[in-house]
Amino acid sequence: MARTIPLRVLEGHARAYRHTWRGTTTSAVVTPVLFLAAMGLGLGTLVDAGSASDELGGGGYLTWLAPGLLAASTMQNAAGDGTFPVAAGMRWMKTYQAALNTPVRPRDLLVGHLLWALLRATLVGAVFVVVAAAFGAMPLHRGLLALLPAVLLGVGVCAATSAFTAASDSDQALSGVFRFVIVPLFLFSGAFFPVDQLPAAVQPVVVAIPVWHGVELSRALASGTSPALPWAVHVGVLLALLVAGTAVAVAVFERRLRR
Amino acid sequence: MTAPSSTPAAGAPSPDATGPLVVARGLVKRFGDFTAVDGIDVEVARGEAFGFLGPNGAGKSSTMRMIGAVSPVTAGHLRVLGLDPATQGPQLRARLGVVPQEDTLDQELTVAENLAIYGRYFDLPRPVVRERIAELLDFVQLLERRDSKVDPLSGGMKRRLVIARALINDPELLLLDEPTTGLDPQARHVLWDRLYRLKQRGVTLLLTTHYMDEAEQLCDRLVVMDKGRIVAEGSPRELIAAHATREVVELRFPPDAQEAAVPTLAQLADRLEELPDRVLVYTDDGDAAAHEVHARGLTPTSVVTRRSTLEDVFLRLTGRQLVD
Repeated sequence: MARTIPLRVLEGHARAYRHTWRGTTTSAVVTPVLFLAAMGLGLGTLVDAGSASDELGGGGYLTWLAPGLLAASTMQNAAGDGTFPVAAGMRWMKTYQAALNTPVRPRDLLVGHLLWALLRATLVGAVFVVVAAAFGAMPLHRGLLALLPAVLLGVGVCAATSAFTAASDSDQALSGVFRFVIVPLFLFSGAFFPVDQLPAAVQPVVVAIPVWHGVELSRALASGTSPALPWAVHVGVLLALLVAGTAVAVAVFERRLRR
Repeated sequence: MTAPSSTPAAGAPSPDATGPLVVARGLVKRFGDFTAVDGIDVEVARGEAFGFLGPNGAGKSSTMRMIGAVSPVTAGHLRVLGLDPATQGPQLRARLGVVPQEDTLDQELTVAENLAIYGRYFDLPRPVVRERIAELLDFVQLLERRDSKVDPLSGGMKRRLVIARALINDPELLLLDEPTTGLDPQARHVLWDRLYRLKQRGVTLLLTTHYMDEAEQLCDRLVVMDKGRIVAEGSPRELIAAHATREVVELRFPPDAQEAAVPTLAQLADRLEELPDRVLVYTDDGDAAAHEVHARGLTPTSVVTRRSTLEDVFLRLTGRQLVD
């Protein structure tokens, strides 16, 4: 029985989603599509008229931007999944405490939550890929391949942010995380412009953060090229984020919820 | 009225079907330097309604959470339904029903959805969950609210929903942590009625409360807790007999007159308790004592004679009132 319990938690999320999908999914899909239109089509005409073509691998800006945007917005949505729903479960409605009075354990709550984040990132990302393909930004089949590293990144980020949310005592820190961590990562991890355009001092920092690796992998898969570093390095970084994030989150959940 | 059946559905019946459902020996709970539960011994028999009575901070909730296998035991021995909460938590929780102090409902979901999600946490098949939801909402008189969101429900309705939720797995033992705190008198009586029906049906109830009337209404047996320790144990009637007199006369005096009256009052009482706003005279014959008060020339502004309650027991044992 114990092995299926995270699936019951997942099922609970899916049930609750019936009430919330309009708000959350609409913005999760619409926001990146707006970015794609404004940056890819609008700004892109300027970029493509300039001399950046070689920097961007020879294709147009829209083609270059779309897979990076897929990874970066999946990261951003996943950070959302790891903050407010977790704060609601831990502190606002304390539904986690209710669940823990059943056979559910803290780790089941976390694993079920991550499975839900995986499912949602896949669904939302797939919609984005279809829209991007319709814009001519990527072939559909390549776009669906590019979804894989984006989702892997997303689940890892959800684990890490869940750990942070569970560990913090107040909700104030959560909006701070968005303003000072998630939004900068969204903007500066190589989705909108190549990282080598950043000051030399900043570049190693960006490379050390998993988001850039997800962007690189998605872009390479979408365009059929090779990423900046060996494939195994990029995949390894994303797996490391997932494993470490999950391990820390499980520990924090157990500590905060079993007192 | 349809009702949840009394056969234990979750797992095999307890191996010790006749033994106590809860056994605690020297049970201790510490949070850092603070000792919330300081070595208590408790035994709860099958079919019993057992209460923990005490003020806020007495260690009642910590005890309940240890019994409910959600809070690790710091020291001592604890078996619930014959299981060890430390190593068999999930199996144990599968057979318990828990009404926590806070409602912990998902406000964004409907009444029925809250029950459905909870029921699935027990891995109950969907058709079974559906059937139980209908039965239980009928039992707690919320059938017509099944598709309402939780948020606008009254406090009493939410409490009843939490009780329905706790019963979804047809538990052998129901833990209720301050089930009626914060409810208006009418809502409390509706809730007591439902709990009484469960008791009639043979469900073992374990509840905490700081209301002596609740303990008197519902509990066959109770322990009085104070500062993490058990200070008395017995049925409500036994406790009153052992620690209080049959009747109490409550006397109120004009400002400053209370102090002067006390020496006189002490002569005609078995025991005297001075509170900031009144004096309690413990005696077996309240009317006689009240008569004597006037005979001795005292002029209280009000005189009320009543039967002793658990509140008096608590006051006697700890020198403090239950609800400040």
